[in-house]
Amino acid sequence: MDTNLALVLVLAPFLGFLINVFFGKSLGKSLSGIIGTLAVIVSFAVTLYFFLQINTTETPISISLFNWIQMDQFHVDFGFLLDQLSLLWLLFVTGIGALIHLYSISYMHDDDKMHQFFAYLNLFIFFMITLVIGSNLLVMFIGWEGVGLCSYLLIGFWYNNQDYNDAAKKAFIMNRIGDLGLLIGIFILGNLFSTVDYTTLKTAIIGANDLDIYWISIAALCLFIGACGKSAQIPLYTWLPDAMAGPTPVSALIHAATMVTAGIFMITRLNFLFDLTPQIQNIIAVIGAVTALLAATIGLVQNDIKKVLAYSTVSQLGLMFLALGLGAYEVAVFHVITHAFFKACLFLGSGSVIHALHGEQDMRKMGGLKKAMPITFITMLLSSLAISGIFPLSGFWSKDEILLVAFEKNTVLWIIASLASIMTAFYMFRLMFLTFFNNFRGTESQRNHLHESPTLITFPLIILAILATIGGLISLPGSSWLNHYLTPLFAKAEHEAHHLGTTEYTLMGIAMLGALIGIAFAYAKYIKQNQVPNEDNAITGFSKVLYNKYYVDEVYEALFVNPINALSKFFRDYIETTLSSLVFGFGKITNEIGFQGKKVHNGSIGFYLFAFVIGFCLIISYLFLAQ
Amino acid sequence: MDVTYLLILLFVGAIATYFSGDKLAPKVALFFGLSTFGLSIYLLDLFNSGQNISFLSGWIAQPNISFALTADGLSMAMVLLTTALTPIIIFSGFGNDFNNAKSIYALLLFMSLAMIGTFLASDGLLYYIFWELSLIPIYFIALIWGNGDADERKKAVVKFFIYTFAGSLFMLVAFVYLYQKAGSLLIADLYALQLSSNEQIWLFLAFFLAYAIKIPIIPFHTWQANVYQKAPAIGTMLLSGIMLKMGLYSIIRWQLPIAPYVAKHFAFILIGLGIAGVIYGSIVAIRQKDLKKLLAYSSLAHVGLIAAGTYTLTLNGLHGAVLQMIAHGFVVVGLFFIAEIIYRRYQTRAIAEMGGIRFQTPKFTSMFLILVLASVALPSTFNFVGEFMVLYGLSQVHILLAVLGGTTIILGAYYMLKMFQNVMLGETNSKVFKDVTVNEAVVLVAIIAVLFFFGLYPKPINDLITPSLEVVLNIIKTKN
Repeated sequence: MDTNLALVLVLAPFLGFLINVFFGKSLGKSLSGIIGTLAVIVSFAVTLYFFLQINTTETPISISLFNWIQMDQFHVDFGFLLDQLSLLWLLFVTGIGALIHLYSISYMHDDDKMHQFFAYLNLFIFFMITLVIGSNLLVMFIGWEGVGLCSYLLIGFWYNNQDYNDAAKKAFIMNRIGDLGLLIGIFILGNLFSTVDYTTLKTAIIGANDLDIYWISIAALCLFIGACGKSAQIPLYTWLPDAMAGPTPVSALIHAATMVTAGIFMITRLNFLFDLTPQIQNIIAVIGAVTALLAATIGLVQNDIKKVLAYSTVSQLGLMFLALGLGAYEVAVFHVITHAFFKACLFLGSGSVIHALHGEQDMRKMGGLKKAMPITFITMLLSSLAISGIFPLSGFWSKDEILLVAFEKNTVLWIIASLASIMTAFYMFRLMFLTFFNNFRGTESQRNHLHESPTLITFPLIILAILATIGGLISLPGSSWLNHYLTPLFAKAEHEAHHLGTTEYTLMGIAMLGALIGIAFAYAKYIKQNQVPNEDNAITGFSKVLYNKYYVDEVYEALFVNPINALSKFFRDYIETTLSSLVFGFGKITNEIGFQGKKVHNGSIGFYLFAFVIGFCLIISYLFLAQ
Repeated sequence: MDVTYLLILLFVGAIATYFSGDKLAPKVALFFGLSTFGLSIYLLDLFNSGQNISFLSGWIAQPNISFALTADGLSMAMVLLTTALTPIIIFSGFGNDFNNAKSIYALLLFMSLAMIGTFLASDGLLYYIFWELSLIPIYFIALIWGNGDADERKKAVVKFFIYTFAGSLFMLVAFVYLYQKAGSLLIADLYALQLSSNEQIWLFLAFFLAYAIKIPIIPFHTWQANVYQKAPAIGTMLLSGIMLKMGLYSIIRWQLPIAPYVAKHFAFILIGLGIAGVIYGSIVAIRQKDLKKLLAYSSLAHVGLIAAGTYTLTLNGLHGAVLQMIAHGFVVVGLFFIAEIIYRRYQTRAIAEMGGIRFQTPKFTSMFLILVLASVALPSTFNFVGEFMVLYGLSQVHILLAVLGGTTIILGAYYMLKMFQNVMLGETNSKVFKDVTVNEAVVLVAIIAVLFFFGLYPKPINDLITPSLEVVLNIIKTKN
């Protein structure tokens, strides 16, 4: 029963994919969209069933389908593990996934390749479920690379544009750098423990007396490199902003709410491993904090509405990694969930705006949209308040917990994270003010066609906005449902529920104040002074450095891409020809020997006699000397 | 029933094809190709049920040479690779209008015969004869039906012939020496020889020259790209899909068990050569302008990794290497067929003259992309299983070897996706590109089905090859 249901959960989106691939065109746009959406709803329903079940029984369900890869020392099963963590993840993957599918029915309706879009989207959900539900690292890896593939396909969905194709390729290759790290980590774990299965790995590690911490640390570091690729952390984050080339629902689903959280999922899954390696945890915390700050600074000056949200995502993911590095896995998970709500809402809202403006993404050409698009405005406003950390919206609670943990462990990290949070409030309200307030700055024809989006678009926005508002309820300080729910997962005892003392209240106050200051700055600049960001060529000074993302892409280009291409050309034009002529050289030498040898056979009896006599003498003298 | 029937069937097939005339030849060849595949499945069934399907008979009394064909799991896997790919390759030629079709198809079946003989032979001289015999048909196929300037082609193909032939002569010398020692060339007798380390070094090197040129391992690869480019599609498929596996197979079958000393003591050099091929081949592939040449260098990279896997002397490494030989065989045949499909429509192999094809051809695009992804070892494809196990085997020797070998997953993605983008994507091409025909689709779908099936369920092949690999490893272990 459970096995069959689990298969339905996994295969429903795959079936949707197949139907849309083979019959999508003949089904027509709406039907292809509906089938795609229904497939995800089925998965959501089954997830809900399992979720309610595990809430009462608290026993994970583990399912082994068949023997997949047979290594020398161990077997890798094709199996599923339905436990607290995977079900929680599945809940928002399929839930938000279904909403975004619904949204896409309307959003993509004008695109000729709508059935293809739904096929890819379904395939993505299929792989994402596989990633989450796999019972070992290798089944997870199928999903891990599979979602990368879908990301590649969807970023380059409008493949006539080679810039988009470049962005897609970049995303795939950068992810693959991380994937090599992940694979190496898996190899080390396999060599150490002769298993890659989560449950047996956990038993082996917890039961072991003398662990080889050196190699475990290296394994953890390698796995973290994998997480950096997928979850866009320094140094592998530059693909995510470029990934905005994909249609906006893709950005919401893949590049904000679900796929990019895979790295956090993996580390939480292997928490018992990372707990053993304090140095690696420190690295994770520092990288997370620095990424959060760096991405936030870039987000301050971006003018493309989706680029702002992209950098915001990188920054928020950084905060989650900070929490992971501090060992507060449940806090990271909490922020993953609230972030999924408000960031999906923000992306979908930006899509609604872009839709209304016929593809315009530059905030300098927006403004004053709040009258024409009230639902989009209000839902985005709620989400912006949530991400900024305003009481009592969801982001307040999750971000506050991260800051609290950081404060307890390391003041510097706390300061960095707080700065990032203030900047978040600023750039989010910069976005809101530039988009929805003051006068409209677009063209006349756009102004005449301004309209609120249809229900299929606004409905998901409303649901997500509600969740973004009240999502904090799942983990209120003092009585956290989430912490309790996740307890079985963690090797260490449940973290002490924070007592709400003076420190906690003070920190909350500081965080709130910071957010308000950020908003106030944005208000002063973009409402009071009614500023509009400069044209690209008028951006100067440090803003220019920020606007150009610290030139990191250019540096990578110069350090890696160009040298490899130059090397390729050098190999092709010089080494290959040299090696080839060496081989021909052997041929020529042989020829030459033959040619010279031919001269001996010159047909002159006199020469033959002479050679014969000489040879005879040589042999005789050799025989004498040998004696 | 034993394995000789495979050879007989192919021999009869080659003759029947030749005499059936140009018009019927492709169909007759396909019939025999499929029959041989069916027969090999039947033989596999017998083999799995424990029956003896090997063949042994005296052949030459002085010197003592036997006609010995031995089927074990490893050789059966390679035989099945050959018999499965042969009809696929034959069918892929149906879209071509060859001059003198009866000859090319007859040669193709003959080539298949020689390769199967190589995989089955368990007497050194017989093996050597089959090994060299396989050169003759491919030489003519490439020379007569190849493309491009005739002089250039002749230069490339003759170089290939002499180069590989010269390398193989050293192997013959090795066999002569072994015969002096053992008094027979039966593989079991050769396995039983206890050779000094000095003897082993020389024998190893003699085998190595033959195999390194055939596979090819850098720097012995210079014949490859040109021949792949100049040969007709079916010739390239035979070369890359099956023939180069003869060298890899022979490392496991002949070189390692007879003379393991070098591999045991200089593993880093041998593995290093393989990995150097991975990195070098991948980097050269990035800037290739010719689609077939790009695929040739990608092949160089992949076989480098396989060779490295065999020299790890770990079960995982060997196991992965064999899986990867099979997986690579299928994917590379598919990719060269893709190049041929494009050539049939655009009459070019220059990547710069392609682009913007995707919009016109949804089916072709999907199948092409799947093959690209299999080639870069996306999990759930067969290639992933092989590559994973090889890299794991490398990690057992030293973790850094796995890192270096693992660069293939980054570099491979780079050159393959770059190629895919330049060939397929971008502004819609003004030249019409007709989507795949039914015949073409059958070939590609068959290959894709194999890649996914064994990607998710490699167990049948695992169970087939593991015992023979364990035998080989045990022999290696007992020697110095």
